Amino acid sequence: MTAVNEWAYIGVFFAVAWILPTAPLLISAIFRPRRANAIKMQTYECGVETVGDTWVQFKVQYYIYGLVFLVFDVELIFLFPWALAYRQLDFFGFFAGLLFIFLLADALLYAVRKNALEWA
Amino acid sequence: MEQPVCDNIISTLAPCLTVGGWDPGIASFVSILLGVLIVATLPLILVILLIWAERKVAARVQDRFGPNRVGPFGLLQNIADAVKLILKEDITPAGADRLIYNLAPIIAVVSVIMMWAVVPFTSVNIGADLSIGVLFFTAIGSIGTLAIMMAGWASNNKYALLGAFRVVAQLVSYEVPMVLTLLVPVLLAGTMNMQGIAFAQLGMWYIVLAPVSAVIFYVSNLAETGRAPFDLIEAESELVAGYNIEYSGMKFGLFMANEFMHAFTANLLFVVLFMGAWAGPGATEVPILGFVYLMIKTAIVYVPSLILRATIPRVRIDQMMAFNWKFLVPVALVNVIVMALLIMIVEQLGLAPSPENATDFIANIPQAAVLLLGNLLITIFALWLVRRSVRRDRLSEAARQMGSALLDERREALPATAQ
Repeated sequence: MTAVNEWAYIGVFFAVAWILPTAPLLISAIFRPRRANAIKMQTYECGVETVGDTWVQFKVQYYIYGLVFLVFDVELIFLFPWALAYRQLDFFGFFAGLLFIFLLADALLYAVRKNALEWA
Repeated sequence: MEQPVCDNIISTLAPCLTVGGWDPGIASFVSILLGVLIVATLPLILVILLIWAERKVAARVQDRFGPNRVGPFGLLQNIADAVKLILKEDITPAGADRLIYNLAPIIAVVSVIMMWAVVPFTSVNIGADLSIGVLFFTAIGSIGTLAIMMAGWASNNKYALLGAFRVVAQLVSYEVPMVLTLLVPVLLAGTMNMQGIAFAQLGMWYIVLAPVSAVIFYVSNLAETGRAPFDLIEAESELVAGYNIEYSGMKFGLFMANEFMHAFTANLLFVVLFMGAWAGPGATEVPILGFVYLMIKTAIVYVPSLILRATIPRVRIDQMMAFNWKFLVPVALVNVIVMALLIMIVEQLGLAPSPENATDFIANIPQAAVLLLGNLLITIFALWLVRRSVRRDRLSEAARQMGSALLDERREALPATAQ
């Protein structure tokens, strides 16, 4: 198969992948009972009524994890082409990769030393 | 245009239909559609078996029988459960963001099913033989995280939102060591094509060449799919149920199915990347045997995770994050560096098998010896990290105790001087 055919496969797959989980939901929509009332539809809480807004302020910790993840993920994307061509490179290729991974490790060390990765 | 070759109805359906007098465009579309339907429904059929296996194994560990009423060995229990879920009333909580709320379970399932598009089932059958297969499943797999955040956010429930925050923090964290170790098979095979990686392992599986990478990939996969001991995703005791608390009926069922499918798919990818996918005696000559081997190998990898789930208690969230960022990620970084160095040395010294005898087991032994030595070094580094962390904990604990002992001494001494 050609490369175009491979991506055509992915395209068709994407369309079918949406149908498969939607089908049981639609079948369920036909057969299931509908007896809604205001109390049943209330937000779940342990025995008492919910107080205040749900979309609360959240801990900054989650944001920092997201930020560190972003740094790593973006850098990892750049490492894949390096890994792909690695067997054709010589020792210069290794040292270039080493430098790049060292920068990653440096960032990790910095984050750990700053206690950014403590779950406090 | 090259002449269509029709020698096998399964792997060359489109040329066969063209020979049979069909329009080439329609023929290729029909063959693609059939391939898609078979591959995409496979995980959905498997999930019935998976839930059954999970319940049976957990039951055996806990000295119970597990499901054994509906059908032979209780095999039809999950079909009965699915019918029950379909007939259940569906509750959308007040104030929920309806569109996102309804979309979340569907996207979760889509993200898992899409991963099956790049799995090499046999030496000739693969959904889409993408040149960037590894990148594709990493990218698609991350969409599952998005679905969880959508579910938690749209539910208009504090527990769901808190659960979703935690899960997303966990999933994005464990993705870092996972993707880092993915570099090692790519380095070894020199390709991101899944089928290429499978063929590159014909001589020797990567679990032998890079055992540390395999272990890191397995552990981060456990966390990625929310399996015990990393099943903070369903923290019943702290967050009631986690992100899917407001879901009922079939939408909840889809989340459940997604969880099991994801766990199995992750193990499937582990087998493809580290255990030679379909490789086995006679798999290149009789392709269908490869599929059997693939499933057997995946079962061998999957069952330990079921036993783990039934035996190991859940870790705390701070322990889990510390384990990832202070242990797995540094080890994975060192792993990539050491493996890259060794592969370069192997290449320069000519220890790597030549392309002609790459599938020969004996020819791979010098390479494996060097790489195994490197893996030993990485293991020593990992143990050093553990030792350092444990020692620091012990020292701070000892300091605390000694400090209180000193205080006790002073307290005892104090009345004497005061008198």
